[in-house]
Amino acid sequence: MSAIIIKELTKKYKDVVAVDKLSLSIDEGELFSLLGVNGAGKTTTIKMLSCLTAPTQGDAYLLGKSILTDIPDVKSLIAVSPQETAIAAGLSVKENLELICGIHGFDKKEREKKIDELTSLLGLDSVIKRKAGKLSGGWQRRLSIAMALISEPKILFLDEPTLGLDVIARSELWDMIRALKGKVTIILTTHYMEEAEALSDRLAIMKDGKLLMCDTPSGIKEQTGEDSIEKAFIKVVRGTQE
Amino acid sequence: MRMLTFAKRNFKEIMRDPLNLCFLFGFPVVLLLLLSAIQANIPVSMFEIQHLSPGIAVFGLAFMTLFSATIIAKDRKSSFIHRLYTTPMTSADFILGYALPLIPIAIAEGVVCYIVAMILGLKISVNILLSLVFIVPIALLYIGLGLLCGSVFNDKQVGGICGALLTNLSAWLSGIWFDLDLVGGAFKKIAYMLPFVHAVDMQRAVMAGDVSAALPHLCWVLGYAVVILVAAVLLFLRQIKKQ
Repeated sequence: MSAIIIKELTKKYKDVVAVDKLSLSIDEGELFSLLGVNGAGKTTTIKMLSCLTAPTQGDAYLLGKSILTDIPDVKSLIAVSPQETAIAAGLSVKENLELICGIHGFDKKEREKKIDELTSLLGLDSVIKRKAGKLSGGWQRRLSIAMALISEPKILFLDEPTLGLDVIARSELWDMIRALKGKVTIILTTHYMEEAEALSDRLAIMKDGKLLMCDTPSGIKEQTGEDSIEKAFIKVVRGTQE
Repeated sequence: MRMLTFAKRNFKEIMRDPLNLCFLFGFPVVLLLLLSAIQANIPVSMFEIQHLSPGIAVFGLAFMTLFSATIIAKDRKSSFIHRLYTTPMTSADFILGYALPLIPIAIAEGVVCYIVAMILGLKISVNILLSLVFIVPIALLYIGLGLLCGSVFNDKQVGGICGALLTNLSAWLSGIWFDLDLVGGAFKKIAYMLPFVHAVDMQRAVMAGDVSAALPHLCWVLGYAVVILVAAVLLFLRQIKKQ
């Protein structure tokens, strides 16, 4: 069953077309990556799907709910871990998680249970009492993802989740994302080709707001005749310039 | 529930900043001590404690604007607010969540001010409690200004506009530091067209036990507070839509 159906989704900012008639569907439990150079329209697509910005044209359905007409329903199904780390810097790790639980209306018992589960899943136990603003980038990113997961979303948007992280922190985050595969539908945007290849069930390559190619990592390599996603990506993106 | 959770977060963020605590409680206390010391050596009726303490209590509230504007501007700048926009939080949750935690903080500032004033010789009376009640509309005025500035300006601009400009404006045009009659003319007229001097005159009247004399000033303060709060809400909603 499709978790997301996107139909001719378009976003225009004055004369600039950020996303141009994007149509695709994403299955439940799938990890789907959006690839593209800066300005390709990845973040704008996520913003539209998460009801942060209204499309100029088209619509998308998240588990059957329209991003135009069922905004509160869509918001109760999704969670977003934005590109920049989105935490309350003055609160502790636990207080950040409690904040999101409170916003989603969980009672005390439920809240404690969810915090225990997530801190152990993401290995946050050792920093649970520390002030979020004082943590390293890697820990802050983990917390940011934990805050997205705590509401048990059906669809999770991860916008450049490993941007600026060191190799170890990135590898740990990959393991964490792999652990979520199948349990929740994940839409990931990234600049790192090896990340997309390692994690994704399917990839979509975007340029100038347009969808250029959408397939499994092996399918994309096969279609382009390249042996790596990075080479395939360059070929597909450059191909449109020639 | 959502609003209270968010309000709790904002309360913690404000109260955990040592600089905020210095401005909120330290600065008014230092002013009270300093001006009382001056008054002890060179008696000036303006700085008699029953006249001075209501003014300082009001002046301390100017920092409410800085606090509310700063937290909103910082949230707007960060991705944190984008995360919250994707949750089921409503516009009312956001606005009340930012505004409400500042009311108990404003009352606490008034309590500290009047306790110090009592130590310095302010006569203990029921009027002090009444003055604390009348702090609420003044706090709403300053919180509204903060919501307004936080919705329009970025975190750096907020520091300059609310921290320097507005604090000075509310100091010079409030009649706390000098009698406005001494300047008179257009300066006094402008001051009385703005809410700051009315807030101080209201507190002084309540402290003197003359609630009826405070009521016209209350109308000025509440009138400004309502207009500013409505404008702030509209601008904040515009920002949400824009983002």
